[in-house]
Amino acid sequence: MRFVFRTSYRQDMGLFRDGVQRNWYVALLVGLLALPLLVPTYLVDISLVFIYGLCGLSLMVLAGYTGLVSLGHAAFLGIGAYAHVYFTQDLGLPWLVSVALAAAVTAVAGVLVGLPALRMTGVYLTIATLAFALIIQEVLTHWDGVTGGLKGKAVAKAVIFGISFGGSEAFYFLCLGFLVAGLWLTQNLLRAPTGRAWMAIRDSEIAAQSMGVNLAAYKTIAFAYSAAVMGVGGALFAHKVGYLAPDIFTVLLSIQFLLMVVVGGLGSLHGALYGAVFVALLPVMISEARDSVPTWLGRAFAVFGADAGQAVSVAVDRFVTQPALEPGVFGLILVLFILFEPLGVYGRWMKIRLYLSMFPLYKRATFKRQRAYMRSERLR
Amino acid sequence: MTFFEAHDLAINFGGVQALDGVSFAVEPGHVFTIIGPNGAGKTTIFNLVSRIYDPTRGRLIFRGEDITRVPPHEIARRGIARTFQNIELFEHATVLQNLLLGRHTHRRSRFVEELLWLPRVRDLEIEEREAAEKVIDFLDLMPYRDSLIINLPYGIRKVVEMARALCTEPKLLLLDEPSSGLSVEETEDMAFWIQDITRLLGITVLMVEHDMSLVAAVSDRVLALNYGRPIALGTAREVQEHPEVIKAYLGG
Repeated sequence: MRFVFRTSYRQDMGLFRDGVQRNWYVALLVGLLALPLLVPTYLVDISLVFIYGLCGLSLMVLAGYTGLVSLGHAAFLGIGAYAHVYFTQDLGLPWLVSVALAAAVTAVAGVLVGLPALRMTGVYLTIATLAFALIIQEVLTHWDGVTGGLKGKAVAKAVIFGISFGGSEAFYFLCLGFLVAGLWLTQNLLRAPTGRAWMAIRDSEIAAQSMGVNLAAYKTIAFAYSAAVMGVGGALFAHKVGYLAPDIFTVLLSIQFLLMVVVGGLGSLHGALYGAVFVALLPVMISEARDSVPTWLGRAFAVFGADAGQAVSVAVDRFVTQPALEPGVFGLILVLFILFEPLGVYGRWMKIRLYLSMFPLYKRATFKRQRAYMRSERLR
Repeated sequence: MTFFEAHDLAINFGGVQALDGVSFAVEPGHVFTIIGPNGAGKTTIFNLVSRIYDPTRGRLIFRGEDITRVPPHEIARRGIARTFQNIELFEHATVLQNLLLGRHTHRRSRFVEELLWLPRVRDLEIEEREAAEKVIDFLDLMPYRDSLIINLPYGIRKVVEMARALCTEPKLLLLDEPSSGLSVEETEDMAFWIQDITRLLGITVLMVEHDMSLVAAVSDRVLALNYGRPIALGTAREVQEHPEVIKAYLGG
């Protein structure tokens, strides 16, 4: 087991645990920078992973670090996307200015949602954000002058300082850049007093308050920051989809974002990224499966005779081409994770790593959650 | 000017009169203990002082200032810190992070500075760690500095919670049953910590406690409550021998 011997306070607050970890991240970044040379075909899908990474980051700050679960984050994505397109195409603002303004607009929306939310906790807050998302969807549908209504709005290619980021390779680098910047900024907040106050609110509001944390102020900041990151994600998302329509930003998308942070692992930035990989690539995998699995299974069952193979192939084909397959699979995975691995993919990875580094001394009880049946929740 | 004074405190939850006309004054540098049977209203007094509840009647005066209507998060800034009966630590954080949150009232960095991690923020964070380190030294928590709270035994968590309260650099420390759930040895240690806190750091302690050996060892003044009313006030020995107190505990 690797033990980090600390000799200075700077090690406490570094971005990485130690040099080894830093080298792994540098290697990962180099790998991602070299990726377009290796696999040019899937770049558009991987760009979506980066955009979803930003979205996961945004919801992770709110749900994973501050303990405020939102079911309305697709609305922030929508606000960011429409605002960005409006600013660049209708007002003709420069691209970077427009992204900054889109972030500001969503941050204001975040504060507006956050203000009444300060008085609500748990599931009530979640339902309030859900209501907000539905309202925003209606606004996007009916505010024709800005959003184009049900007809939607075509999105032009991104052009920054006269350089076009329309190509899939350039767009890939653009999204990667924004994701890395987002990770850095968020990690900065998390290792500073703001992040500690957020985590304190998550673990015990009453103790946080007694230590001098202004709950209302920090919850509002969390909402604003989370929304702003989502706004930037929305601007990139607009370019990714190429055409904005209100029915993109549905509750289902909000649920996918929540799925992302839960499957990834609440309370870690790694988790947000694992979740993003999962949610962005699952539809790709399902569509691959649609094409290949029936034929493949049909061939396997052909050992029982050509008729059996044919029948299996047709039955499986009918199953996998169901339009509801995707949300169904998402829902099933969410339920399984909540039941069997509440800490998500990241939590599972931590356990595996601890098992390997402690072998053969690993105790299952290390990760057993203790029952907190004596907490002061009743004071609220 | 009295250091801390509760004047005619009263609060009711629905039909239950939890406190009714409780007054007391705490001298600076003293250990003032509140005792009483279950449901006497001891913790309710703490929750009034830390402003989680609003009293229906009465006033709280701290260093000449009326704090009865001060918002709860401002109480720590005034110099009052507390611990909780059932431990309210931030469980998914390390001991050091818990203590640093205790330094929250001393925060000087602004949001944008933190977002960009300017050198000033880094320097301030180092200062905060130095301050927290002093408390870690004081309460012998060095071995646990980087452990997660969920991995620590109950007795250590009690000390960590006290350390977090000390990190706010309080003038008045509220300890809600510091010995509950502790072994005999740990309770003895706790008595030494409390004496050190008053004598070496000059912090006044207001404490709720059941363990009479601990109460007798550290308290300067003891207030006994029963059904939300004060029944005796004096030194530990005087209160213990008071007929009303014996009646409240043993019935009769």
